[in-house]
Amino acid sequence: MSEVLLSLKGLTKAYPGVVANEDVSFDIGAGEVHALLGENGAGKSTLVKTIYGLVRPDSGSMTLAGAPYEPTEPSQARARGVAMVFQHFSLFDALNVADNIALGMEKPPPMGELAQRIRDVSEAYGLPLNPSRTVGDLSAGERQRVEIIRCLLQDPKLLIMDEPTSVLTPQEVEILFHTLRKLREEGTSILYISHKLEEIRALCETATILRLGKVVATCDPRETSARQMAELMVGSVLHVPERAAAPPGEVVLELAGLSAPSPRAFGTALKDVSLQVRKGEVLGIGGVAGNGQDELLLALSGEMRTKPQMVQLKGQPVGHRPPDARRALGLLAAPEERNGHASAPDMTLTENAALTARVRKKLSRNGFISWRRSKGYAEEVIKDFDVRTPGPGNAARSLSGGNLQKFVIGREILQAPEVLVVNQPTWGVDASAAASIRQALLDLAAKGAAVIVVSQDLDELMEISDRFAALNAGVLTAPRPAKGLTMEQIGLMLGGAHDMHEAEADHA
Amino acid sequence: MMRLERRPQPSEAWSWATPILAVVLTMIVGGILFVFLGKDPILAIRTIFWDPLFGSFASYTRPQLLVKAGPLILIAIGLSLGFRAGIWNIGAEGQYIMGAVTGAAVGLAFYPSEARWLVFPLMIVAGAIGGAFWAWIPGILKVRFGTNEILVSLMLVYVAENILAYAALGPLKNPEGMGFPGSRNLARWDTTANPELIAGTGMHWGVAFAFIAVIAAYVLLSRHTLGFAIRVTGASPRAAAFSGVDPKRLVILAMLISGALAGLAGIFEVTGPAGQISIDFGVGYGFTAIIVAFLGRLHPIGILLAGLLLALTYIGGEMAQLQLGLPAAAIQLFQGMLLFFLLALDVLTNFRPRFGADAAA
Repeated sequence: MSEVLLSLKGLTKAYPGVVANEDVSFDIGAGEVHALLGENGAGKSTLVKTIYGLVRPDSGSMTLAGAPYEPTEPSQARARGVAMVFQHFSLFDALNVADNIALGMEKPPPMGELAQRIRDVSEAYGLPLNPSRTVGDLSAGERQRVEIIRCLLQDPKLLIMDEPTSVLTPQEVEILFHTLRKLREEGTSILYISHKLEEIRALCETATILRLGKVVATCDPRETSARQMAELMVGSVLHVPERAAAPPGEVVLELAGLSAPSPRAFGTALKDVSLQVRKGEVLGIGGVAGNGQDELLLALSGEMRTKPQMVQLKGQPVGHRPPDARRALGLLAAPEERNGHASAPDMTLTENAALTARVRKKLSRNGFISWRRSKGYAEEVIKDFDVRTPGPGNAARSLSGGNLQKFVIGREILQAPEVLVVNQPTWGVDASAAASIRQALLDLAAKGAAVIVVSQDLDELMEISDRFAALNAGVLTAPRPAKGLTMEQIGLMLGGAHDMHEAEADHA
Repeated sequence: MMRLERRPQPSEAWSWATPILAVVLTMIVGGILFVFLGKDPILAIRTIFWDPLFGSFASYTRPQLLVKAGPLILIAIGLSLGFRAGIWNIGAEGQYIMGAVTGAAVGLAFYPSEARWLVFPLMIVAGAIGGAFWAWIPGILKVRFGTNEILVSLMLVYVAENILAYAALGPLKNPEGMGFPGSRNLARWDTTANPELIAGTGMHWGVAFAFIAVIAAYVLLSRHTLGFAIRVTGASPRAAAFSGVDPKRLVILAMLISGALAGLAGIFEVTGPAGQISIDFGVGYGFTAIIVAFLGRLHPIGILLAGLLLALTYIGGEMAQLQLGLPAAAIQLFQGMLLFFLLALDVLTNFRPRFGADAAA
């Protein structure tokens, strides 16, 4: 454990206008699970790309197992025993597991032999996977297994994992951790990138924390609280959302047997979704992406029309009404994709303010938009939600993810909605921005609005929801009070059970 | 090695500089082309760009500038509204022809009435409706059946050309024309004539409508919610749908507007400069207007300037044919090059070229 596998010394990489990594030095021990922590833009991606040979540093050096290590392309990194599982999978849906793995190999063995090796490795590491299944039919967790097994077949000394649990259910996370611990026992080092601090505490022995491209701290996550690590990441004291408990009011939004086909080609149809949301309540809807979350938001925002009675706002059927009519009645939404759905990336913040606030903020009259009022509203959102931008005349795409998300959420909240539906409100947003967005949602509920939060982040949902429901394959479970729900119960609600039996069989 | 780096925002400066650069490059490459044709490149460029305005025949050619620019601008304004929303009406030539045929048919139905106050406005309305109808066909097919509006609108041009030929030889043929194909001359019949409004300027009703269209489009795009809907749809269709734009309604609306403006250009042309419905009525304004729309950055003021420039190449091109014996195809090539260079240079608006090896993003 004390033996050093990979040593980074003074790595610096600058891009025009920004230093991504500045004098980064740390060691990864053999058989160590090493966490790399940091906010978005802290330089984590650049650093792991450097290690994987995708980026060449401006200065600094690396040594791997005592020998100089300067990969200029990923194949060289792989040859030296460095493998990486990316956050976004690069798999071909139409091919089977074995084909996909063969495509990623330098010299693939004959298919029969490869299939056997896949079976051996998947059994040895508790990652059940049938090599002849078509990738298009696999769940997100199973796809990740394909990527991991592809790496394991190379017998890596160092396995880099970039945000591996963001698409997994709690049960799948357990299976993954089981595998990673097994790898560690065999002496494989793991560089684990995540912003989920509890996971890091459960898995890693050392954590290196990056802020603005520099190493700001190294700690033992098992002996450091999640809060302390978060504060090291952000560099300031973290604000934990708090809420004033209020008795729930009357029902404002009701979905009654909402069924609708997806407007997209590979979408998920909604099947008989029913729920009620009351004034002052936060309803959390969990589930792995692609289980009808997008469709639910479209059906609520009015982009997708349904039968009138399926969506009722304050007792009034609105399922057939377009978005602006629903806004007029107080039903507002913020979709998941902030760039290109919640906002038009190439348009200014002023124009993006007019995108959804025309009706409630009276930004237009007789069909003519007042750009002065729109600019005023954009400035209000920028100020109240601490959006970092030179001004409302800047294009939405020039903002960082967290800032644009604050703008998009703020734009809806400041319109004083009676019902607000948000999908993945803090996805890819740094810790401090996420905390302020959650607080804003809670404040809105405290003022008497009903809030529906759709998210994959269970910690987030448990933190802010009064009630919790799960969406799986377009079916919504009955909401249950969030307080007192265990992770296991949540996992069962998420119906992430599709491969639990296999996992249990493996444990047995 | 050169790499392109995405700009954080589209460059304002480049969006104005690229059309100018495209014109300059077209002149240079066009000049080289003329050398290969055995012509003096400086003289050819001067004949095309300078002589129509300031040459010895300028008093004749200068009014022609507005006569040619009018329909180009009118059509291009309509097309630009659709283009901005990602709706590709390529068949303006057909809508232009159908506007002329429909409007002329209505006018001729009243022959020999002298009620200009009734007939002429009626013809204008009929022309707009004829063009709008021809554009509505690809629009409704796209909305209902998901057909490609580029292909359908383009194919309808050829249908329109055949209807034009049929009208010129059949129902609209001048009964007193001694068997020649073509309708009565509408420009020489006081009830339907679209004369020069100010003598010696080339300014006729179509040009006036073009200027009105420029102003209306400017106000629409910069202030009106419909213009905003068009711009958002072009910039980000999903954001537009989220904002409440009904994409199907927008397709129909954009097709109707662009068709109506092309139809108007047609009716003003047939009652003025062209004078009659004839087989060779369509001279490609509808296609050249696509170049005008893009050269003008899909911006109303830009289109105004681009329309005048393209009109100049039409007139100058004719002079070059007459005086230097340049082939007509060379002029079309010249116009095509303009669009080609513009689209190629367009990349600079959104991307910044970086030279050297270490430019990885």
